[in-house]
Amino acid sequence: MHNFDFVKPATVADAARALSADGAQALSGGQTLLPTMKARLAQPSVIVSLTGISEIKGVCAVDGGVSVGAATPHAVVAAEVGKYYPALAKLAGGIGDPAVRSRGTLGGSLANNDPAACYPSAVLASAAVVHTNKRKIAADDYFQGMFSTALEEGEIITSVTFAIPEKAAYVKFDQPASRFALTGVFVAKHKGGVRVAVTGASNNGVFRWTEAEAALSASFAASAVESLTVSAEDMISDLHGSAAYRANLVKVLTKRAVTAAH
Amino acid sequence: MTKISMTVNGKAVSGEVEGRTLLSAFLREELGLRGTHIGCDTSQCGACAVHLDGQLVKSCTVLAMDAAGGAVTSIEGMQNADGSLSVIQAAFQEHHGLQCGFCTPGMVMATAALLKVNPKPTEAEVRHHLEGNICRCTGYHNIVKAVLAASGQDVSAIAAE
Ligand SMILES: Cc1cc2nc3c(=O)[nH]c(=O)nc-3n(C[C@H](O)[C@H](O)[C@H](O)COP(=O)(O)OP(=O)(O)OC[C@H]3O[C@@H](n4cnc5c(N)ncnc54)[C@H](O)[C@@H]3O)c2cc1C
Ligand code: FES
Ligand code: FES
Repeated sequence: MHNFDFVKPATVADAARALSADGAQALSGGQTLLPTMKARLAQPSVIVSLTGISEIKGVCAVDGGVSVGAATPHAVVAAEVGKYYPALAKLAGGIGDPAVRSRGTLGGSLANNDPAACYPSAVLASAAVVHTNKRKIAADDYFQGMFSTALEEGEIITSVTFAIPEKAAYVKFDQPASRFALTGVFVAKHKGGVRVAVTGASNNGVFRWTEAEAALSASFAASAVESLTVSAEDMISDLHGSAAYRANLVKVLTKRAVTAAH
Repeated sequence: MTKISMTVNGKAVSGEVEGRTLLSAFLREELGLRGTHIGCDTSQCGACAVHLDGQLVKSCTVLAMDAAGGAVTSIEGMQNADGSLSVIQAAFQEHHGLQCGFCTPGMVMATAALLKVNPKPTEAEVRHHLEGNICRCTGYHNIVKAVLAASGQDVSAIAAE
């Protein structure tokens, strides 16, 4: 790892100032960025740790939903969000392993937008709102393809507000070596309709399976998606699974998520 | 170089680090605590696991400067006050939960973190909790047995597998 200067501000305003320096990059849990830097795929000259900023940590109830601070570790979401939004807590408790969950955070996961990450599917299926130090971004506008988001240079995610659906579940098919999702599906039944978000499958990153949303909005049962097919075009194909295998998993996991939703 | 301080195994310590110094390197090279092993250095194996402010972390994936001011427990802090093996360590010995011993420090730290929040885990919970700790030798069964034994549960049924 190349060397860098390290700063640990106590407020978002100070962090934003530090991030305006040339070559500065935010560090949250470090569970993605540190391995990336060790591999010399990133070489920031200044690391701005967000772990000392209490205003972007923690979980609280808000009107019609729950707000999670960007620097809240997965383990805290798993332990504290269950009483508001069980499916989200369960997703957080299934990310990686216990040590990854102690450090890794919601904001880091969303900023990175790994095509196999778990949280993006929850944010998209919940129609959540991503709050930054500059603005609010609707989930549908936030994700812009694999490792790509609406965030601007130096913009800091501060929190995410999730609307709580009537029923929801996330079902992940583990890639057993990395423990990421080989494919994962988050199904959320809202008052106004069903949203189905798929991670781990597409070359374009997390996406909504709109045909399934329409079918499940008409009838919220696993059988409702039986006659649908998912195209293997644009699906990820690697040594862990072909594009056709992932396309099939999307449907299988959607059915399982509908059955598990509560 | 910057001077940082933290508490390690109950003692106040300080040392010189660079921005890029990992907590694992601080423990091993600056403090000479080499019980924390580096298996992969890529966040996969869990051999380097320690507790930071009560949480299980991979010390190869935490910057020393980010841990400054915190409280760390490493494998050197796991023995009883009189120097004898703790219940968890003794269970690993008794149930052959180790062969080469390379993964063992991380396994013991992970076990301690589990039993603190879940004093009587099921076998499935133990296996789920140890997902981030890789062992190349034992095949895991005896490790799981040791963890369950350390929690005071009867492991004779597991021995049958
Ligand atoms: C062994 C292992 C298994 C894993 N398994 C899974 C899994 O099953 N599912 C899953 O979803 N993830 C998994 N992960 C990834 C893990 O969840 C990461 O913690 C997460 O993706 C990144 O969060 P972080 O807080 O560690 O971010 P960091 O590594 O600190 O940062 C990641 C990126 O986000 C930027 N960033 C961080 N915080 C902010 C912010 N508030 N605002 C703007 N930019 C920010 C950083 O600059 C960096 O570019 C795994 C990781 C490991 C090592
Ligand atoms: S050495 Fe840290 S996880 Fe392997
Ligand atoms: S005992 Fe050798 S790696 Fe676990």
